[in-house]
Amino acid sequence: MKILVCISSVPDTTSKINFTADKSAFDKNGIQWVINPLDEFSLTKAVKLQESLGATVTVANVGDAATEPVIRKALAIGATDAIRVNTEAKDSFSVATEIANIARNGGYDLILCGKESIDYNGGAVPGMVAQLLNHPFVNACVGLEVNGTEVTAVREIEGGKETISVKLPAVIAGQKGMVDEKDLIIPNMRGIMSARTKPLHIQEPAGSEVKVQGVSYDSVPARAAVKMVTPDNLDELVRLLHEEAKVI
Amino acid sequence: MAVFVYAENINGVYKKAAFEAVSYAKAVADKLGETVTAISVNPTDSSDLLYKYGAEKVISIKDEGLKNFSAKAYAQAVNEVADGNILVFPHTTDASSIAPMLVIMKNYSLITNVLEAPESITPFQVKRRAFSGKGFMHAKADAAGVIVTVSQNAFGVKENSVAGTEEVKNLTVVNEDTKVLSHEQSSGKLDLKEAEVVVSAGRGMKGPENWVMIEDLANTLGAATACSKPVSDIGWRPHSEHVGQTGKAIAPNLYIAIGISGAIQHLAGVNSSKTIVVINSDPEAPFFKSADYGVVGDAFQIIPALNQKIKALKG
Repeated sequence: MKILVCISSVPDTTSKINFTADKSAFDKNGIQWVINPLDEFSLTKAVKLQESLGATVTVANVGDAATEPVIRKALAIGATDAIRVNTEAKDSFSVATEIANIARNGGYDLILCGKESIDYNGGAVPGMVAQLLNHPFVNACVGLEVNGTEVTAVREIEGGKETISVKLPAVIAGQKGMVDEKDLIIPNMRGIMSARTKPLHIQEPAGSEVKVQGVSYDSVPARAAVKMVTPDNLDELVRLLHEEAKVI
Repeated sequence: MAVFVYAENINGVYKKAAFEAVSYAKAVADKLGETVTAISVNPTDSSDLLYKYGAEKVISIKDEGLKNFSAKAYAQAVNEVADGNILVFPHTTDASSIAPMLVIMKNYSLITNVLEAPESITPFQVKRRAFSGKGFMHAKADAAGVIVTVSQNAFGVKENSVAGTEEVKNLTVVNEDTKVLSHEQSSGKLDLKEAEVVVSAGRGMKGPENWVMIEDLANTLGAATACSKPVSDIGWRPHSEHVGQTGKAIAPNLYIAIGISGAIQHLAGVNSSKTIVVINSDPEAPFFKSADYGVVGDAFQIIPALNQKIKALKG
């Protein structure tokens, strides 16, 4: 079985987000980069399937050379090999087109992604890849088992869960719950050393169209100073919420 | 530039997110001097509910094959009837699964998580959520058509009654790829992303048995309950209640955070809330800096007392 896991390199979750002085771009100064946490849940699931099914796990990333440390981390976590499409990720459509090309050429049975990236929050790449390949697509998965030519996926729905059987090949977008937080793999020295020699193929982009552009960016406006209420004066808190904020 | 909107229903019943999406579509249509056509799959609710928010026409797709949700099959069905070059979806799990597939079928552009009415229509430019709530992006679409997904509780539900008509469309979409095996929905529980009020708690609650207090306060307020990441990681509460950067992003009118210190990742998911109340025993908790109202003290004494006072207010 061949599994393709799509990963995105994103600012570490503790990063403060700043924009350039002219607000035209995200300011990358001082940013630490990590595997998109939602992709990491899917990557870990893939590595576990690799162990139980003897599958191969290929990591796919669309990004310039700066994303390679993150790809090496994915290899250290346990992926078999990796493919980097040598271009800056610009929008969901161009990224999805490049990923779909890799998937088409590699004949993967299962394509795993995170349901969205924590930077641009598009949440669009997995569904676009599925449609470009004409594969079924299940979003927001919190569970996945492979049974021969099918997978059983558990997806989160508003106020509940749904269990679905899906024919392979398929695209599955995972999130927290796909594996437990405690099961996320922290690479050990052996993993890190072996990742150095695992194949990382670099391919040039097909030059897909960019359809959506970020014109400008804004920071979140600061809130007014907090109004503190003492615990023995909760009547005042209730009054403020009722009369001032008008929320109760 | 006809405007279409996907009105999502759950088991035939329209969601608040559907009314919000219709309200948004109406705002776009008004800019264009156009009308809104809503599309829904197997609704049992009356179309009158959508006329109320500005849909002049409701296309009601009837198809037994779409009884269970499949992103691909639903995208095919919507593709068959959506004839506009602006399509509006709510940013719910199901709708945001359909939209990326549909956008490929139509060769349109997709802008997700939009917060406000478009800044311009040609080219289509709109403010959207980015960096998990730590920033905003003004995105521009270059295509003949555009699909947007509207972030829940951002634009708001706006009544705008029109006289509408309904068209029933019988489709037979083939769905051989996916089969629903089981479906568990907890009844009577408020949808966290749709809730106007959210009561949330963290490790400061000391154990899952103490959530009774949180649930009592939530019941009084008609609120949904949520939690911080460590709490769902330990297993005190389900993952589906985790709000934050890697959990759910929410934007209620009132967010009450109890025993949550306010890590940057937590704030990312909740800072779109209109009013934030923080209750914490640690006066140095960073969350106070991002709150509108704060109380320093013991949650185990404050919560029951606050609950009683709110009950008294509500009579």
